Amino acid sequence: MAELTIQKAEKKASTFNLRRRPRVGETIIQGLLFFSGIFSIFVTLGIVYELGKEALLFFQMPEVNLLDTITSTEWKPHIGKFGIWPLFNSTLMTTLTAMTIAIPLGMSVAIYLSEYASPRVRNLLKPVLEVLAGIPTIVYGYFALTFMTPLLREIFGRDTVQIYNTGSAGLVMGILILPLISSMTEDALSAVPRSLREAAYGMGATKLEVALQIVVPAALSGIAAAIIVGISRAIGETMIVAVAAGAGPNFTFSPFVGAETITGHIVRISGGDLSYDSIDYNSIFALGLFLFVITLTLNIISQAIVRRFREVYE
Amino acid sequence: MKEKAVVQGFSNNTVARHRKGVIWQVLFQASTIVGILALIALLLNVINGAFGYVAYEAKVDPDTLAVDGVSLEDQSKEQLLTLIQSTFSSGAYNKLNNEKPFTDRTREEVHQLVIERIVRPQVVEVWDLWTSLTQADQIRTTVAQEYPKAELDFVSWLTTDFVTRPQTSEPLTAGVRTAILGSLWTILFTILLAFPLGVGAAIYLEEYASDNWLNRIIQTNINNLAGVPSIVYGILGLAIFVRTLEPLTSGEVFGMVDPTTANGRTVLSAGLTLGLLVLPIIIINAQEAIRAVPRSLRNASFGVGATKWQTVWSHVLPNAMPGILTGTILAVSRAIGETAPLVVVGASTAISFDPSSPFSKFTTLPIQIYQWTSRPQDEFQSLAAASILVLLVLLLSLNASAVLLRNRFSRRF
Repeated sequence: MAELTIQKAEKKASTFNLRRRPRVGETIIQGLLFFSGIFSIFVTLGIVYELGKEALLFFQMPEVNLLDTITSTEWKPHIGKFGIWPLFNSTLMTTLTAMTIAIPLGMSVAIYLSEYASPRVRNLLKPVLEVLAGIPTIVYGYFALTFMTPLLREIFGRDTVQIYNTGSAGLVMGILILPLISSMTEDALSAVPRSLREAAYGMGATKLEVALQIVVPAALSGIAAAIIVGISRAIGETMIVAVAAGAGPNFTFSPFVGAETITGHIVRISGGDLSYDSIDYNSIFALGLFLFVITLTLNIISQAIVRRFREVYE
Repeated sequence: MKEKAVVQGFSNNTVARHRKGVIWQVLFQASTIVGILALIALLLNVINGAFGYVAYEAKVDPDTLAVDGVSLEDQSKEQLLTLIQSTFSSGAYNKLNNEKPFTDRTREEVHQLVIERIVRPQVVEVWDLWTSLTQADQIRTTVAQEYPKAELDFVSWLTTDFVTRPQTSEPLTAGVRTAILGSLWTILFTILLAFPLGVGAAIYLEEYASDNWLNRIIQTNINNLAGVPSIVYGILGLAIFVRTLEPLTSGEVFGMVDPTTANGRTVLSAGLTLGLLVLPIIIINAQEAIRAVPRSLRNASFGVGATKWQTVWSHVLPNAMPGILTGTILAVSRAIGETAPLVVVGASTAISFDPSSPFSKFTTLPIQIYQWTSRPQDEFQSLAAASILVLLVLLLSLNASAVLLRNRFSRRF
């Protein structure tokens, strides 16, 4: 009798199984989530594969010679000259102009916001800068063409400054990059602990000395990262230069004449109905790959700087 | 004696140091003001372009087109059609009929066609708002002398008509409806691709992924993708969506090819390209939102026997949703403003009919602005300014809704 009860109890317990059961639904969902996660890797591989493939086709074309591409200062597809320097040179010029505006202004804004401004002023100004960062770049292009260029032509004379010029595009690009640099720099400055500042004040330092000699050096890695990200953004920036920097490759060091940048060239060439496997079609992939490699390298350097040189405070 | 000199030197120095401090502070403030001034200049410049005097001449005086004393404005569709038939060559008539049969067109569309193709008001000169306000008399005398036949009007280029009219090549009758609808269609597919994938990836990385090499690579890769120039995504979209997947993106697979397109340069391709572009932004924002949900909530759920997915679905996601949506809206507003990738993917330069399916040709608001900005004539600059205002209002309302969402639903634990 007792045995029977035990058997019954055992039977009952066996229906209440505590072993881990396989959950098909959970596994499927986890698989889908993993796919979403890994999808971004496919995107990168897709970029590398597609750009690499077409760029390879470009360099295999009889008109194209890798050595010429790297050394020549002429980009004239109709006579088979594909030297990257005129395009790269104007990209560098617009970037340089932009950074001479954006670095000093961006850092000053960041130092002001983080060290000088009262919380009220800061809460008022930060959204303004965010608005500036959120305006589409085509609007900046319109601004460059209809405001900055006429302004430059007033200042330097209509004969010196052409309607399309790299200077105007670069200056406006500087305004575009400014909020990016200032917000990243401000984050870095705000991360420096209060105690460092207090210690310096205790030694009798003025506010400026604290800001420039204590806080800025302590946040240097973050600031360097901000500047590099800014440069990378400027190199890849397209619509401002497509609208305002002029059409047609031009190897020049004058900021007052039109010269097409890499991005500007890609936009102009692909604006028409581009036929597949033409040399123009392949050339935009080669240029795109070049852009991708440069910006990727800059971004990786910026992340490495943050990782390696970050001053860690407890 | 020597000690006193040092003290003296120190206090002198203090004055100089403080003076230096004040100078630099002024410099820092000035930089901030420069930034704000740049924003103000940008906005004023757009407004300056969007309003002002315009002088125009009609090629054909509308009064001469009156039939039986009924002016052009009041004529019925049939009367207008007779007018079109009598004026146009049969070839031109048939071409228009093929674009959209006249029987299907509304009276407004026909009327607009008459204005556009027969009356043809032509802009002879435009002035910006500043000049219009300060030198109005001068403008009137110039117009009276140089264009005696022209009419002079003070116009706002941004009107409700401007928003609701389709795109045309005539500045006075052009509108941005086609472009706005194109933007909305495109964004729809952007969201359909990027939102589920982005949130899925964020859940995977925050809730499921262990700290191994693969997941570290995924994370680094996402951060790097966020820094890739948008034009590179355009090239990728051209290669993958427009060319490789052409049967899919042109609608061939579904038997829904749009006869006017018949290639992969469609709304669908554009939307998917932008989807890839904003994917890293959505992932990074969603990760932050999920990370902000406290551990204790998950542990409580596990404690009552919920599975991992039950915990994520019923506790983590609802609490992270406001943050995820805010991030998505910001990413969408980025996508709405993108121009460069869409030019590369192959936006159409001139379409006057609204997109009607995923496989239609497309143009978007920023593309329209780009095309008008790159025209040398001043009247197109004015159109560009007006469409920039439309774009900015659209983006501003999106951002405002993101802020509202954040303030209304964000919880602090």
